[in-house]
Amino acid sequence: MSQAADATTTERARRHPRPAGPPAPEALPLELAELVTDPDTRIVVCCGAGGVGKTTTSAALAMAAAEAGRTVVVLTIDPARRLAQSLGLVELDNEPRRVDLPDSTGARGELHAMMLDMKRTFDDIVVAHSTPERAEQIFENPFYQTLSSSFAGTQEYMAMEKLGQLRAGDRWDLIVVDTPPSRSALDFLDAPNRMSRFLDGTMIRLLTAPSRTGFRIASAGFVFFSRIISKILGGQLLRDISAFVAALDTMFGGFRERATATYELLRRPGTWFVVVATPEPDALREASYFVDRLSTEQMPLAGLVLNRTHPPTTTALSATRADGAAEEVLEAGGEGAELAAGALRVHAERMALATREQHLADRFTSAHPEVAVRTVPAAAGDVHDLDGLRGMADALTGPDGDTPTGVPRRRILPARRR
Amino acid sequence: MSPVPSPVRCHVVTGKGGTGKTTVAAALALALAADGGQVLLVETEGRQGIAQLLDTPPLPYEERRVAVARGGGVVKALAIDVEEALLEYLEMFYNLKRAGRALRRVGAVDFATTIAPGLRDVLLTGKVKEAVTRRHDGRPVYDAVVVDAPPTGRITRFLNVTGEMAGLTRSGPIKTQSDGVMAVLKSPQTAVHLVTLLEDMPVQETADAIAELQGVGLPVGSVVVNMAAEPALPEPALVRAAEGGLTGADLAPALAAAGLQDVPGLADALAAEASEHARRWAAQDELRDEVEALGRPTVELPLLPGPIDLGALFELAGRLEQHLRTEVAA
Repeated sequence: MSQAADATTTERARRHPRPAGPPAPEALPLELAELVTDPDTRIVVCCGAGGVGKTTTSAALAMAAAEAGRTVVVLTIDPARRLAQSLGLVELDNEPRRVDLPDSTGARGELHAMMLDMKRTFDDIVVAHSTPERAEQIFENPFYQTLSSSFAGTQEYMAMEKLGQLRAGDRWDLIVVDTPPSRSALDFLDAPNRMSRFLDGTMIRLLTAPSRTGFRIASAGFVFFSRIISKILGGQLLRDISAFVAALDTMFGGFRERATATYELLRRPGTWFVVVATPEPDALREASYFVDRLSTEQMPLAGLVLNRTHPPTTTALSATRADGAAEEVLEAGGEGAELAAGALRVHAERMALATREQHLADRFTSAHPEVAVRTVPAAAGDVHDLDGLRGMADALTGPDGDTPTGVPRRRILPARRR
Repeated sequence: MSPVPSPVRCHVVTGKGGTGKTTVAAALALALAADGGQVLLVETEGRQGIAQLLDTPPLPYEERRVAVARGGGVVKALAIDVEEALLEYLEMFYNLKRAGRALRRVGAVDFATTIAPGLRDVLLTGKVKEAVTRRHDGRPVYDAVVVDAPPTGRITRFLNVTGEMAGLTRSGPIKTQSDGVMAVLKSPQTAVHLVTLLEDMPVQETADAIAELQGVGLPVGSVVVNMAAEPALPEPALVRAAEGGLTGADLAPALAAAGLQDVPGLADALAAEASEHARRWAAQDELRDEVEALGRPTVELPLLPGPIDLGALFELAGRLEQHLRTEVAA
């Protein structure tokens, strides 16, 4: 490099000073206590990828609202056995059951919990929309049996349906909904429409038209299609579908209306979505998709619960300094040196982990600065009983700034001073 | 390759959501490719987890080389697209390629796979079976096929295709196809591996899945304990800390020797973190007994400090390779 080139570089740097990096994104605080105790909040839907703690979050939020005096029901989809037991949900009976909250929690309201039985919910719709003889016919149809127990999206559709029923009853101040453990959080929003489109669709009408109207001139394309379908799936299935459709007949419009009505319910004031994620790239990516989707659908998002974070007990010592100190302690030797070095290494790992988690959270906030955040430490999220749920509820609903370390609950590590 | 090759050529990897089954599947593929193996890594859930893991562009419906292992081993990856698989199937059995494309345009393919989720699974597992049994010049094309399968909650339904389709079709080509798939999946060529963490729920789900799989006669392979933490404290202190017997006073003198006496509250904070670490370790260690009680060969993979990249995958693959060798020897 010539001296002249150096001079030019310096000159350029002087004329165009490098801008200071953008300020670190600062998430808004998510005050869930306000949300669940507000009388105007009637429905809270917890969404997120599988395995992030949606069920626990739902149950804990419901508990917090009940303790604040509201009559609350939490609709769980597939709770872990021990959590279900702790809520007194020993069997899947598709009806809300009251949970005995210990007096120590100072509960003034009521907490009810239920587990979704999707087949039973589907059966109920059929009964409500047809005559007893017809309903019997439908229940016996093999295609209906498949549809109501394993059709992709039935669980989501039935969760929506149940939500609609609970809301219509007007017995509940607040309904907290846990969403099915689908691959994608978006399935909860998409499945019901997909299903009603399917049941009400042209394809199913075309496919079953001959059986309903006897001989009828169908298009060549349709004949061809139906031939392939029978070839692949076998003629029996087609006959089952035909019989099913014939028996349902008048119910189709009803299906679509119900799905549309419940979907609209999610857009009404008083409904809030809480997106749950763990501080991992996959879960946060899923949360990101969901946030975008809610905004497109104009559905109200309360914020992001970042579950299972690992905040350190002290941030006075960075990971690097803790590792260095561990070496120094070992060199100095003496009694307890190994133990202290071990503790320092634990802290170093903890700081490194928390730094990574904060970095992921910051990236999310950069992309979605409008989304309020609440972190829930892993220690609080490991729930097996009502006491555990109580701890989770505290972590979720405690005021943002009120923590032992002074780090606000919207963060894992304190914001770097600039 | 080892002198007595394992009879297992189809490795199905499942696990509760969040246990890292895609990571384990990828690491297993690398392990099987070591020393010259030709391995196919198959993605079945259409979420491009493998591409994200290996930091490559989204995988097409096409077997594409994603990694090279020592001794000329190759890992190819394939993300199965259900629609494409159905069209391929129509072409193969009915010579209907053009018609298939027309059907897709009117949404018929989507309809057919939605109407019967079992059909979707038959197509996915059918493709796996085809890769396992594919031969060229009288030799299998792949030494092993690793499947990144659906999570434990759905795995039995996914693999037990005949059972799932039985309600829908009692005869016809789909029935024949699913019978053929079942024959491979239930044979000693296949092993279903379960990934778990040392946590209550994943271990419980693993136990449930093993019972379900065995209930329908599917062969269960190893249990892979993922992200196991190593204890950072010396043994006696670990036990004491887990029982809540560690305080800042235990640490203060040694910290002072290193000049850290002036950081306020440090000793107590470190003691609290060390105790939490010890409690977590003790809780994990307790679950080791439960994992052992599952009665399956078990391999433990460590919790790696950094993000999972190709280097990390090779590190995990090394551990799995060792496990595979002891399995064959046993």
